[in-house]
Amino acid sequence: MSEPLLALKHISKSFPGVKALDDIDLSVQKGEVVGLLGENGAGKSTLVKIISGVYTPDSGDIFWQDKKIKLKSIMEAQEKGIAIIFQELNNCPNLSALENLFLGHEIRTSANFVDFRAMKKKAKEIFSYLDVQIPLERPVGKLSVALQQMIEIGKALLADAKLIVMDEPTSSLTDKEVQKLFQIVKELKERGIAVIFISHKLEEVFIITDRIVVLRDGKHVGELKTSAATQDELVALMVGREMHSFFSKRTKEASDETILKIENFSGPPYIRGVSFYLRKGEILGLAGLIGAGRTELALLMIGAEQKTSGNMVLHGKEIDVRSPWQAIQHGIAYLSEDRKMKSLVLQMPVRANITMAIHSAVTGALGMLDRKKELEVTNSFIRLLDIKTSGPEQTVNNLSGGNQQKVVLAKWLATKPSILILDEPTRGIDVHAKAEVHKIITDLADKGTSIILISSELPEIVALSDRVVVMHEGQVKSVLEKKDISQENIMSTVFSA
Amino acid sequence: MVAQEKKSILATLFSYRESAIFLALIILMATVTIFAPNFMSGSNLYLVSRQISFVAVVAFGELFVILTGGIDLSVGSVMGLSGVVAAGAMAGGQSIILSVLLGLATGIALGLINGLLISYVRIAPFIATLGMLSFARGVILIVTKGWPITNIPKPFLIVGQGDFLSLPIPLWVMIVLAAVAHFLLSRTAFGRRTYAIGGNEQATFLSGINVKKIKVFLYMISGFMASVVGIILIARFNSAQADTGTGWELDAIAAAVIGGTSLSGGSGSIFGVIIGAAIMGVIRNGLVLMRVSPYWQTAVIGIIIVLAAVLDRIKNK
Repeated sequence: MSEPLLALKHISKSFPGVKALDDIDLSVQKGEVVGLLGENGAGKSTLVKIISGVYTPDSGDIFWQDKKIKLKSIMEAQEKGIAIIFQELNNCPNLSALENLFLGHEIRTSANFVDFRAMKKKAKEIFSYLDVQIPLERPVGKLSVALQQMIEIGKALLADAKLIVMDEPTSSLTDKEVQKLFQIVKELKERGIAVIFISHKLEEVFIITDRIVVLRDGKHVGELKTSAATQDELVALMVGREMHSFFSKRTKEASDETILKIENFSGPPYIRGVSFYLRKGEILGLAGLIGAGRTELALLMIGAEQKTSGNMVLHGKEIDVRSPWQAIQHGIAYLSEDRKMKSLVLQMPVRANITMAIHSAVTGALGMLDRKKELEVTNSFIRLLDIKTSGPEQTVNNLSGGNQQKVVLAKWLATKPSILILDEPTRGIDVHAKAEVHKIITDLADKGTSIILISSELPEIVALSDRVVVMHEGQVKSVLEKKDISQENIMSTVFSA
Repeated sequence: MVAQEKKSILATLFSYRESAIFLALIILMATVTIFAPNFMSGSNLYLVSRQISFVAVVAFGELFVILTGGIDLSVGSVMGLSGVVAAGAMAGGQSIILSVLLGLATGIALGLINGLLISYVRIAPFIATLGMLSFARGVILIVTKGWPITNIPKPFLIVGQGDFLSLPIPLWVMIVLAAVAHFLLSRTAFGRRTYAIGGNEQATFLSGINVKKIKVFLYMISGFMASVVGIILIARFNSAQADTGTGWELDAIAAAVIGGTSLSGGSGSIFGVIIGAAIMGVIRNGLVLMRVSPYWQTAVIGIIIVLAAVLDRIKNK
């Protein structure tokens, strides 16, 4: 083999509480397409950010054409010839295709004005090479995602990139557009350009890559030649971690009484015909890839977004939930997946955050908040959930992630919900706090609270759930009963196209 | 916890973010007194406090709105139109009480329109209230054709010119409104929600709080506060002028910002706003007493606004 174009050696990167990458090796040859596979949270995005210079690794070396380099910014990576096409495309939607293509690298006339004629000529060359028709004057916000991606690829070619990293490039493309993209990847390959292709979709990885690298929990767990790999082998590598022993056990079985029925839910952005039921004291796992529509479904259920069709039957009575307030009135609470952006008012004290959804219960005459009642509620939850805080007046901003999450849990438990929807309740909190949150969840279910658990961490879903609803692209793909719940079954359900 | 509640008054005072600007105000007043000893004379303080009261009350309304990350550019025009309505009613022979109520209703109604446009039609606060600024001013000019409305009944003039316990009436109005506004913001669920919206609107919405409704109320409060000042000013000047309130939105916003209110929402207080208005009032008055060209006033106020923002930046780092 010739010298690798890019080689990462012993790369590690930690964030507070998480080791995102642990001793990763990865190399890419000229003209090679390498697939990077892994579950949500396996470390793929962190690795991409290291290759693109967004993050610097805590330890380990990066070699570019056999020379040791340090990448301190996206700009430096670009200068070397590394182009990244992020999942969330970075373009200026109001500027034209042409302007986006040349953004930051405009061709100038001798008088230093932008030379639109020369730019147009060059753009036509590039797009005819890629064999795509792009209306150059149209604002890119009005173009399809596929065409926007082509512009990004065009940008990479313009910058004379030697390595293009594509992060989930097919996630919002139609089949036909995917075919087109693959054709282009092949052409890039023939040109000697290397591609790192990141995808959740196994079949695509099989079609397009030469070699597959699998990450799990920030570790490099396997590397296979695509021609020699099988799907089963890859799934096993992706989920193959042993079960963690700290999951708490249920002491009670869920009752047979159905408490909530969701019938034929459809709504924005892409939820279609979702039906399932929930029993009293049950933990119902909601599994699926990022973008499967789990959070979106939850937002429809609590009326934060308006459904276009479907019924919700609670205790045998049809209810109409049009706002989060109504959801709370019906005993439905939703803990959002984004603690900082959607759950907490960070500059407010623990007390104000915990009582936020129960103002009416702590308000007296003249709309006055009853501070004594507030403190009672707050202190009882600080004890119950063992929240580590200097007191009820501590600003939540100064708490650790795990304790912040407990504050959010307390906020929702204070509403005394009969149904609790937990969206990624353990995201970004340390192992110890995770175990505590798991304990809280099982205790609640044992006491009769029905729980819908949305999580991208399969072991969590597998260990805690009584049943699992697997979602894919806004629909329910299947419902697994307790005996059938395993990581392998969930993954293969997701991947069976 | 008990220890926390029993901190000395001084320590408590300095734990507030307003302490620094309060100190700045004291230093400023001392400095002005050194260069212009007549600053501390009773008659001068009387005038200054009255002027500060007007700006502060308009700024109270602005504060409510800014706390949620919004802005109300229409307060100056709303002041003007409320004054014109009240003065017109008085001049037309209506009772003082009814005229005042009509003026206040005008401010509240204009605030309601602002709020509805912002909450339910989802127009950016800047644009909605900029539109109202121009619209309300236009209506004033249409109605008055640019002429002042006179014939304000004598008994009403006391509201703008009289005093009570030797303090100007407008100062008393400010004190009462400050107390009410402070109570609303710091003691009630409504106030808590106002701060919460500014701190994290999404989280507030998902906690079952009707964010839209609260925002409408806030713009109504802003309209109300502006109309109070607009009405007092007709008593002060014995007429309603077509240009009353022009540019006051900037003074109100400046008072809030100098008083430590964050334009991105979530933090700020009535006490801070009063100090902010006072700092501006003292500087203006001090420069006049020191015989500095009035053109300098505007420039100095500009520097103070930016300085306040810079200090806030540094403090929050």
